[in-house]
Amino acid sequence: MSTASLVPLPIVLPLLGAAVTVVAGRWRAIQRAVSVTALAALVVISILLLVEAEREGHVVQVAGGWSAPLGIALVVDRLAGIMLVVSSVVLLVVMVYAIGQAGAERERIAFHPLYLVLATGVSASFITGDLFNLFVAFEMMLAASYVLITLGGRPDQVRSGMTYVVISLVASTLFISVLALLYAATGTVNMAELSIRLAEVDPGLKAAFSIMLLIVFGIKAGLFPLFFWLPDSYPTAPGPVTAIFAGLLTKVGVYAIIRTQLLLFDTPGWMGTTLLWVAGATMVVGVLGAIAQDDMKRILAFHIISQIGYMILGLGLLTVAGVAAAVFYVIHHIIVKTALFLVAGLVDRRAGTSRLSEMGGLVRTAPLIAALFAVPALSLAGLPPFSGFLAKFALVDAGLEVDRWAIVTASLAVGLFTLYSMTKIWAGVFWGERDTAPSREPMADGRLGSPLWMVVATASLVAGSIAFSVWAGPLHELSLRAAGDLLDPSVYVEAVLGVDR
Amino acid sequence: MSIVLALVTALLFACGSWLLMQRRLTRIIIGIGLLGHGANLLLITSGGPGGRPPLIGSDPVDTMSDPLPQALALTAIVITFGVTAFLLALGYRSWEITRDDAVENDIEDTMVARREADGPEGPVDDGEPTTSEIGEM
Repeated sequence: MSTASLVPLPIVLPLLGAAVTVVAGRWRAIQRAVSVTALAALVVISILLLVEAEREGHVVQVAGGWSAPLGIALVVDRLAGIMLVVSSVVLLVVMVYAIGQAGAERERIAFHPLYLVLATGVSASFITGDLFNLFVAFEMMLAASYVLITLGGRPDQVRSGMTYVVISLVASTLFISVLALLYAATGTVNMAELSIRLAEVDPGLKAAFSIMLLIVFGIKAGLFPLFFWLPDSYPTAPGPVTAIFAGLLTKVGVYAIIRTQLLLFDTPGWMGTTLLWVAGATMVVGVLGAIAQDDMKRILAFHIISQIGYMILGLGLLTVAGVAAAVFYVIHHIIVKTALFLVAGLVDRRAGTSRLSEMGGLVRTAPLIAALFAVPALSLAGLPPFSGFLAKFALVDAGLEVDRWAIVTASLAVGLFTLYSMTKIWAGVFWGERDTAPSREPMADGRLGSPLWMVVATASLVAGSIAFSVWAGPLHELSLRAAGDLLDPSVYVEAVLGVDR
Repeated sequence: MSIVLALVTALLFACGSWLLMQRRLTRIIIGIGLLGHGANLLLITSGGPGGRPPLIGSDPVDTMSDPLPQALALTAIVITFGVTAFLLALGYRSWEITRDDAVENDIEDTMVARREADGPEGPVDDGEPTTSEIGEM
């Protein structure tokens, strides 16, 4: 059995798991066992695929026994491999956290199947080599997320869920329209073949396609000025769901932007400049939005937006170092952001509220949570020696290499404001005294003050972010190789179309 | 034929976008439906002019219609259908809660806006120093 036959498994396994958990809806223990097994297997397979992609460059499998442009290609290159490994690890950790938390998972039998379908959609978006399949993968992921975000049906969830569903549907409709126009212009939806045929298309038309795709994925990624739905909808979902959305969903959008822009459109210089402007606006607006907020989860949600700006900044530089820094940043961000939202879930539970003005003094009553918050918070703000510092350093270094002073200055200033927000959360949550009663009764249980598995899951992600700084060297080299592949689309094209099976 | 289809697509997109701007959820859902139809029609049109059924051996290849956009449109229709059904359920739930189908403003946004309007010393719902600091920013 060759490694190439493992390629469909990141899609098949979680989907199979979802089916089993639907059937086993009445038995929670079985549901849990199936979910954890499927996600753990996903982690192992992703690592195997990344190792193989690292050795071979590309692992390609064409579905249905057809040859490449006719059959649907599934491709794992270094970028897809990295994304698969990081996302599967995060999916597993958050599942453990959800099992540890009474609430979202225990009361709703639909939680496990939906979560696994979400995992399927995320993995499928990373490995598909076909633009229409990317649409289907997005829809799978989004359909699951629609239900997860409104799970429980509270009034605020319904209200924000509606905004989320409608905006995502508009993006999907736009996506179908772009697909139709692309097909009319080129006669294919296979990404490798599109890459060849788009070279012959009129430059004006090509520019229109690239901008339309940027808008479609920009809505999902939360780029300026398309981010407005994000801070309203994410914080209302149950804790673990918010964490997985914050960590993964927007980053799938970023992945799609990186993949399509570099592979299909051979990104011209003006697109790079546009991306840099968008990146700058996204960073600044996101971080300023965070300052005005009082709710811990909303502050963190605004920071997702500002951090997305950094990733697009790396892409906009259009150099190997820049794209590598973007990839590096995505890895760091997925881990750290998910960790922060998991901590926010712990705080919410312990304090009975997520409003800063209603909390205080948690550093004395829950020092463990304070420690778990401090590491990812300082990392997000970019303080050495944490992962955020290394990721930002790589970006700034890449930016200075091509003399983009303005955007580098902006990114450093935004880092300062991020630190301000984190200090504000620290002062509001952990220091001071609580002087107003929380909206709900605070919960404290066990010796740790929080359920064991929630703490274990959060701590493992925090440890992951520290491990990221320890192994930053090899990781950055891997990102550099991934970026090298991305900036030379002919390698991808040859790997997909040259394969015969 | 295809000019008619192009015009219909344009009309569907125009009506759909207009309905999407409304406050009533029912109109938004109808708008989404129209937009979806417009996009699917665009997909069908992208396959070029119609032709004979694409069955190998039944007709010469150059008289057949392109089956791929039809397959894509079918997939897209199924997805739109499922999600619209979910949106309707969500709209019903919203009506159950509020007895109204208007899409409301976000509460936190409203609170931030009100805080700005009241100013730092204004009647804010809590007197924490952090809030007044934000007011000054």
